[in-house]
Amino acid sequence: MKLKFFPPTGFAFLLLFAASLFAQPNSPEPLAPSVSDNPALEKKVLEVSNQLRCLVCQNQTIAESNADLAVDLKNQVRKQLIEGRSKEEILKYMTERYGDFVLYRPPFNTSTMMLWVGPFLLMLLALVLLVRQIKQRKRDLLQENFSVEEIERARGLLNRKLGNKQ
Amino acid sequence: MRRYLIPFAIFLVLMVFLGIGLQLKPREVPSPFIGKPAPAFSLPILDKAQSSFSPEQMKGQVWVLNVWASWCAACRDEHPLLVDFAKTQNTPLIGLDYKDKPEAAIAWLKQFGDPYRLSVSDINGQVGIDYGVYGVPETFVIDRLGIIRHKHIGPLTKEALDKTIIPLIARLQS
Repeated sequence: MKLKFFPPTGFAFLLLFAASLFAQPNSPEPLAPSVSDNPALEKKVLEVSNQLRCLVCQNQTIAESNADLAVDLKNQVRKQLIEGRSKEEILKYMTERYGDFVLYRPPFNTSTMMLWVGPFLLMLLALVLLVRQIKQRKRDLLQENFSVEEIERARGLLNRKLGNKQ
Repeated sequence: MRRYLIPFAIFLVLMVFLGIGLQLKPREVPSPFIGKPAPAFSLPILDKAQSSFSPEQMKGQVWVLNVWASWCAACRDEHPLLVDFAKTQNTPLIGLDYKDKPEAAIAWLKQFGDPYRLSVSDINGQVGIDYGVYGVPETFVIDRLGIIRHKHIGPLTKEALDKTIIPLIARLQS
């Protein structure tokens, strides 16, 4: 995640507005994300928060979102990293509380199976249909019986086309 | 004829799927807590900061935990229903005042009425995180053994109370 080339400010505003309609704390106290001065830690915080969905603004990760809950969860991630917990442990902590939905990359299980294999199944189906269609067309063409006049006419048309081109 | 029927059939199938999609509520994330023990906590009581409350104290009875805050507009919408619930039902209703200033919360309850047996104040929102709260108001139904049986996300409606929550409580109590 480097620079974003289209800062979608207007859209972000809309999203913020929509989120505020739901239930956004009118901050009891100012909630600036508390960033530590340890770049390695912050990098790790970003890495973990990039894998967690913000549940208030569902199409953002908590790393991208400035919703109160996202800020709280980022602080939670930072706190747990400082305590020496691993990424897996933190993701588990979040899943226990918010369910699989909190993971930005859905895990592979029975309820998400179609999500993962669906596109490949569709692709396979499309390929099978395509191959069948091509074979069918070839067969149709071979079975077609053309009369002498038809062949003559086709030849004439082809020649005329070529003639026009020159 | 067949040529028109196939796209039409595809269109119908698509409509059915889109129709189902419209019925879904992506806001309501299924809670992983249903059927699990309510997380333990100990928090100061809103208007008696020196004493504290913990879910342990509710063991043996079915109770309702409602997450609210004075800054939350949707809480205002559901509040009359809670006041009514407290009047007509015998079930203890406990409030979790989420990320709020206690003074503001106390004033809010004075203004709109206090349906809670007691409210606890979760100033930094840690208990909220432990309960997987992401949109206030939220309401939990907890059984005698301290197991969460139901979670309602967003403001309660009369329908949700009458059709789901009150019958569930009755079932858990019997």
